[in-house]
Amino acid sequence: MQQLSVIIEALPYILQGAGVSLAIVCFAMGVGLVMGIPMAVGLVYGHPVVRNLIRLYVWFFRGVPILVLMFLFYFGVFDLLGLDLNAISAVSLVLGLTSAAYQSQIFRGAIQSLPQGQLRAARALGMSDPQGVVSIILPQALRLSIPAWSNEYSIILKDSALAYVVGAMDIFTRTHFVASRTYEHLALFINAGVLYFIITLVGVKLLLALEKKVRIPGYTH
Amino acid sequence: MTQTPVLRVENINVTLGGKAILKDVSLSVNKGELKVLIGPSGAGKSTFLQSINCLIPPVSGNIWLEGERVDIENRKKLHGYREHVGMIFQDFNLFDHLRAADNVSIALRKVRGMSRKEAHARALQELDRVGLGDKVNLYPAELSGGQKQRVAIARALAMDPTVLLLDEPTSALDPELVGEVLAVIRDMAQSGLTMVMATHQMDFARALADEIVFMQQGQIIEQGSPAELLADKSGTRTADFCSKLSDLCEGSC
Repeated sequence: MQQLSVIIEALPYILQGAGVSLAIVCFAMGVGLVMGIPMAVGLVYGHPVVRNLIRLYVWFFRGVPILVLMFLFYFGVFDLLGLDLNAISAVSLVLGLTSAAYQSQIFRGAIQSLPQGQLRAARALGMSDPQGVVSIILPQALRLSIPAWSNEYSIILKDSALAYVVGAMDIFTRTHFVASRTYEHLALFINAGVLYFIITLVGVKLLLALEKKVRIPGYTH
Repeated sequence: MTQTPVLRVENINVTLGGKAILKDVSLSVNKGELKVLIGPSGAGKSTFLQSINCLIPPVSGNIWLEGERVDIENRKKLHGYREHVGMIFQDFNLFDHLRAADNVSIALRKVRGMSRKEAHARALQELDRVGLGDKVNLYPAELSGGQKQRVAIARALAMDPTVLLLDEPTSALDPELVGEVLAVIRDMAQSGLTMVMATHQMDFARALADEIVFMQQGQIIEQGSPAELLADKSGTRTADFCSKLSDLCEGSC
């Protein structure tokens, strides 16, 4: 029962890490959402120059491994820009910038799956394109995006364990600290796995509940 | 005395993918008139209607609404113009995420700047007018085709259109639902709304059209009153086309 007492003793310390992991994920998802929606709109309706710039961004953040991005930004770009970010902020931001690339594709797909007639009808009523996109296209596209978005959530959560490489005190980093002192690797990493699993499960369930809550009767595409 | 036409379009040309779809089409519609566009599919009826409110921008041509030339290059003016030109689509194009009442009120709020309450009241009134007073809280997916099209009509009427364009409003409907939509359109015609309508409903056109406009290959071939064009031995293309339509109908109905 040595393992159990180690876990019980370390749990408050590791649970603080769960708070950190969750904060990183929430911030990253938020950055990804705020950037991803306008990027998707730009990809579908934007001027070709705008479209190509966004494509370049997406291509870069989807093409480079997150681990490389972490080092590149934490030890390079942020320094260059004179940004003095702590490890948690830096990880959140890098994950957020990466997620924006993926989320823009989620929303783009959803927008393009809507019938063309939706925007046409908005225009016919005298709405400008921005009005039509905001009032007619996005409310539908965002609803359709929730399943893919919950996928993105679980991916970001797991990617957040890379916070370890810059020393942010998340679940993984704290677990690793305790394990290297107590040598109870098996038990502690099972515990870490369970924590990640629970956070994933709760998040996915919450998003499923949201999906049901905003569902429109009979709406299918 | 000649009155100013409510809507006048002159020498509209539309090219899609390098192909001329409309060739110098002109039409003039007086207040309270119902003009019916007929013709084989691919004739350009739908393109013509959509070019009138610039959903498909014409490459050349002029449009006047109540004597005022529409500057289609100016976005603000174009939106203002479209506000006054209602459009009914073949496949309804209701906003799928909004209840019937919100479908009708959203443009009142976003375009006209009405308050939510005011717009909602107006929406209820328009839905009542098309016989859907009891369906205001349903979503498009919960309505039948005929009901959807009536919501679309209410949505257009709520904007107090100067002229209403109808693009085969009954073509996507099950046969038994056509009547309820035509009845609403008949009411609008009789209340003096100016309309241009593409349709294959010849009985409807014969009974209500002030003028029938026959289109083929992107041009207006014939136009005139139903009595002139549809007379038994008139020998017009229109009469010929209509006899084919009714032959088909006799074969299947």
